[in-house]
Amino acid sequence: MTVQTLRHGWILTLRDLKHWQREPWTPIVGIAFSVMLLLMFGYLFGGAIEVPGGGDYLPYLLPGMFTLTMLFGIESTMGAIADDTKRGITDRFRSMPIAGVAVPLGRAAADLANSAVQLAVLMAGGLVVGWQVDGSVGAALLAAGLLLWLRLAMLWVGIYLGLALRGEGALMSVQILVWPFGFLSNIFVAPETMPGWLGFLAGWNPVSATAAACRELFGNPTGTTGGVLADHAVALALAWPALLLAVFVPLAARAYRNLAR
Amino acid sequence: MPASPPLLARDVHKRYGATRALDGLDLEVSPGTVHALLGPNGAGKSTAVNVFTTLTRPDSGEVRVAGHDLRRSPRKVRAAIGLVGQTSALDEVLHGRENLVMFGRLHDLSKPTARARAGDLLDAYGLADAADRKVSTYSGGMRRRLDIAAALMTRPHLLFLDEPTTGLDPRGRNEVWKAIRRVVGEGTTVLLTTQYLDEADQLADRITVLGAGRVIAEGTSAELKDALGGDRVIVTARTPDELARAAEVLGGTPDPETLQVAVEAGPSGGAAAMVAAIRALDAASVDVGGAVLRRPTLDEVFLHLTAESDEPQTRGAAR
Repeated sequence: MTVQTLRHGWILTLRDLKHWQREPWTPIVGIAFSVMLLLMFGYLFGGAIEVPGGGDYLPYLLPGMFTLTMLFGIESTMGAIADDTKRGITDRFRSMPIAGVAVPLGRAAADLANSAVQLAVLMAGGLVVGWQVDGSVGAALLAAGLLLWLRLAMLWVGIYLGLALRGEGALMSVQILVWPFGFLSNIFVAPETMPGWLGFLAGWNPVSATAAACRELFGNPTGTTGGVLADHAVALALAWPALLLAVFVPLAARAYRNLAR
Repeated sequence: MPASPPLLARDVHKRYGATRALDGLDLEVSPGTVHALLGPNGAGKSTAVNVFTTLTRPDSGEVRVAGHDLRRSPRKVRAAIGLVGQTSALDEVLHGRENLVMFGRLHDLSKPTARARAGDLLDAYGLADAADRKVSTYSGGMRRRLDIAAALMTRPHLLFLDEPTTGLDPRGRNEVWKAIRRVVGEGTTVLLTTQYLDEADQLADRITVLGAGRVIAEGTSAELKDALGGDRVIVTARTPDELARAAEVLGGTPDPETLQVAVEAGPSGGAAAMVAAIRALDAASVDVGGAVLRRPTLDEVFLHLTAESDEPQTRGAAR
């Protein structure tokens, strides 16, 4: 990757950041939605949910909410990419002498910055409602890093989907499907409380690894009493996004090259 | 200036499944001219532009843009061209000026150079007043002009305009025509696609008529018009029976769907043909609904031209 490509990527990042500056409602609604989910599960359902292995539900839930926010990032990335492609601006980029990777690079940097802000707001909100970090600063930073690592993987999934699925209903389908994908994990409920086969699936959901690792690193209740995920949470939280990136970066690159209608 | 033409395409083929979008397209664009690709929907105009601008890879054939081979040096091709596609390729949230500066910066212009060039183009294309407003507030004609300005940030050798006035109201269309004339005035060669004969007529030095992915006619506007014939008398009947009798008297082919029969005017002109047709109908006591004098429509031109090129096409398909 050349300096020129990085500069092109940066120019495109500034473009995306300007969008949020001009139209701040999109990211604000995104954050408000996460806060609403947090309050709903924390207070409305939380009292009825038991955490295996002991501990309160709220500190169990918060790392899950952080993870969910990273997963939902798929939608905003996919929406922005699909919008550019529909408008023809992507074709203009493709007809210009800039490296193909500069466009997703700019998008990635902007979306990661957005997600970092979202994460900071959610964490601050969590601290207000009683979430606590009982680990070292280093461990907490590693947890934040793992969350953004998951976001990076979701970003490339979103870029691929935005390029590959351009039908009218594609974005809405993805917006609906992320829900069961998010719920079928350890984000809201410990897999150990689920029927065996369902718990197995939930445990192997890539987002479960990130949530489990964050709980461990933040010193929050893990909701688990053993198993592969409990023993290797951090390693899995590193490996899953790496696997997703290995699959979706080449897929996205191919979709970008073959965009022509 | 390189001796090679801005665009040279030889025997370009591109299929999508069973559809031959380009079926042996040959094209040469001369420097400093406006060259129009004229054709109905599905003739292959947009596919041709997508191939020439490196967006779509051709299956076979040779294309050189500003002397650069499309396959071997796509990046050099991209540096030499500007593209204004069918859909507006602008950022709606950014201001007009910001769009231009961004595209200029992506073309590696320095910040001051990009700003200066953007200012010049905004003035030249009548957008100075709207320069610092969001593009989402622009009219269709303004968007297209900004689109054209964005493609001109680096003074390309060759500017591609894919149906630049489709979807615009008459005022917007006039604005864009003016803009295109200005582009050529500055020495940029233009290849534009259009479905409108009058647009090609107004703007183009040379017109290539496309049908089913290949060239079916080429020449100046005057040459094409001569080849297509002049005015025609259209007689409309009220009943199928009337239509058959009118067709017999006038010697034209009846169209049972529209109840019309068309007669091409000879060298003596439309008015004479009209008088002759009315006299003939009157002499034979054939009563009709009406008769009008009309220039051939683009539809008829295409039908005429594609009918002529039908035979080699059938042979090609049977191969």
